[in-house]
Amino acid sequence: MLLVPCPNCGPRNASDLRHVGESVSRPDPNSASPAQWRQYLYIRDNVADWNTETWYCVRGCRRFFKLERNTATNEFRNPPMPGNKLGGKA
Amino acid sequence: MSVVGSIAGKVRKKPPRYSAAGLLSKGLRGGEWPRVWRDVPLKKSYDVIIIGGGVHGLATAYYLATNHGITNVAVIDKSYLGSGGSGRNTAIVRSNYLTPEGVAFYDRSLSLYNSMTSDLNINVMFSERGHLTLAHSDAALRTMHWRAEVNKLQNIDSSVITPEEVKKVVPSLNISDDAHHPIAGALFHPPGGIIRHDAVVWGYARGADHRGVEMHQKTEVLDVLCEGGEGPDGKGAGGRVTGVRTNRGDVSAPIVVNCTAGWASLISDMAGVRLPITTQPLQAAVTEPVKVFLPAVVVSGSLHVYVSQTDRGELVFGAAVDPFTNYNVRGSLDFTEGLAGHILELMPGVSKMRLLRQWAGLCDMTPDYSPVMGFTPVEGFLVDVGWGTYGFKAGPVSGEMMAEAIATQRTPELIDAFKLSRFEDGRLVGEKGAAAVGH
Ligand SMILES: Cc1cc2nc3c(=O)[nH]c(=O)nc-3n(C[C@H](O)[C@H](O)[C@H](O)COP(=O)(O)OP(=O)(O)OC[C@H]3O[C@@H](n4cnc5c(N)ncnc54)[C@H](O)[C@@H]3O)c2cc1C
Ligand SMILES: [Zn+2]
Repeated sequence: MLLVPCPNCGPRNASDLRHVGESVSRPDPNSASPAQWRQYLYIRDNVADWNTETWYCVRGCRRFFKLERNTATNEFRNPPMPGNKLGGKA
Repeated sequence: MSVVGSIAGKVRKKPPRYSAAGLLSKGLRGGEWPRVWRDVPLKKSYDVIIIGGGVHGLATAYYLATNHGITNVAVIDKSYLGSGGSGRNTAIVRSNYLTPEGVAFYDRSLSLYNSMTSDLNINVMFSERGHLTLAHSDAALRTMHWRAEVNKLQNIDSSVITPEEVKKVVPSLNISDDAHHPIAGALFHPPGGIIRHDAVVWGYARGADHRGVEMHQKTEVLDVLCEGGEGPDGKGAGGRVTGVRTNRGDVSAPIVVNCTAGWASLISDMAGVRLPITTQPLQAAVTEPVKVFLPAVVVSGSLHVYVSQTDRGELVFGAAVDPFTNYNVRGSLDFTEGLAGHILELMPGVSKMRLLRQWAGLCDMTPDYSPVMGFTPVEGFLVDVGWGTYGFKAGPVSGEMMAEAIATQRTPELIDAFKLSRFEDGRLVGEKGAAAVGH
């Protein structure tokens, strides 16, 4: 079980949320090259270390936010940051 | 070649074969079995270094040696052979995939599994007991029909059957309409089955060792050494690989193959090659043994659960991957709870059975549920990764194809669709409909 610290609902079981994934910045769809766009769609750092990720609180406040989690130990650090459903910068 | 491998100048005698007579005499007379593979010092250089001693790395080494006579090869693993997914999977083998590329590829693997016991001279206990993928909705049934037609076109034994026919194959399934998710039909694939995964791993290791390949366990790759690339330290596109740095020193080789599944992006990063992969654990569990009652492998995509019964009588369960990326293999209560609820819906009769164990392994998930195989922008650095939750069955054909790619320096036809550049070209090979829960 993983307790995810939702900024609005407090710690909740991960099954109450959706893991949107590693936060990536979305290039401007009007000017991005196909290569940049596919990089945004598919390529991830996938580190075994601290990573910034987007979560969606499906069964709670229904908001998106970003958290720093260590993917090797499953610890969280630092307060949540605002996020959006595209996973990119708020 | 009758005399195999020459180590430090000494020609090795052909190792003893496994046989029923040998087993009987050992059983009666006692005594130690000889070690299955040698423990030799790590050399300073090899023709090929394979990172990862799972079924993919070992099969690649085996086919390099047997099909192409390339034996100056080291398989390097940070832990013991088979410590990754290859020793943790639920051993389901099948070829009823959704894309023509996938079907042709997995079918070749199935035929290699069919002759493996004699090819490798080890009993891999391949049991072609039939594989059922249940549909609980019209949408699911439609996907089953689609898969069945793709399969039939390529001569794969695969068809959609009715709930009554399902009941004939597996009498313990509840096909009544009272279930929360009634069974609407199933995709039936008679050649699918289960196999003894440890024997496959050991068989390839033993076969490769007999031909001179070296296994180095407890040898962790800390860096991939490159030169001439556009990134820092000569890594990245345009460069070439020169070897690896390990906890036991640097080892050089013109060819380095990444077969590290769940750890694949960490290793590829060391060469400056970015992968479309995320790592997610997959859990499994096993019950106490009971009399054999479940004749086929049963998968339910909608209920996120699958089950088979081993020859010892244990039920082996699995589900979909954990819902977030992570390099941690701890089990969770969420998994066992979901599993128990869904299994009881399918087979109310097993309510009194107790779980013995639960475990997890790391899976290297790709966006299209197909692997990433072959050459990369770094010369000499090849990948055989992206095996997600379905890569055990692909071990033999992947080994065969990777060995051919290394020996001929060309991408074999059978794996052309799986190359890394498909993500730049946007030519994905979507297998989600056939691989998300049924591994
Ligand atoms: C619970 C579970 C059930 C599954 N069920 C099925 C199934 O029914 N059917 C099916 O086809 N597939 C199944 N799979 C998937 C299958 O197990 C894997 O896809 C397959 O075993 C991958 O094999 P591999 O050889 O590529 O990698 P692995 O067997 O994972 O081997 C990778 C190796 O790399 C080594 N390594 C990692 N980092 C380093 C480093 N830095 N230096 C040196 N070595 C390193 C590891 O120690 C490991 O031994 C399942 C997986 C799991 C976890
Ligand atoms: Zn919330």
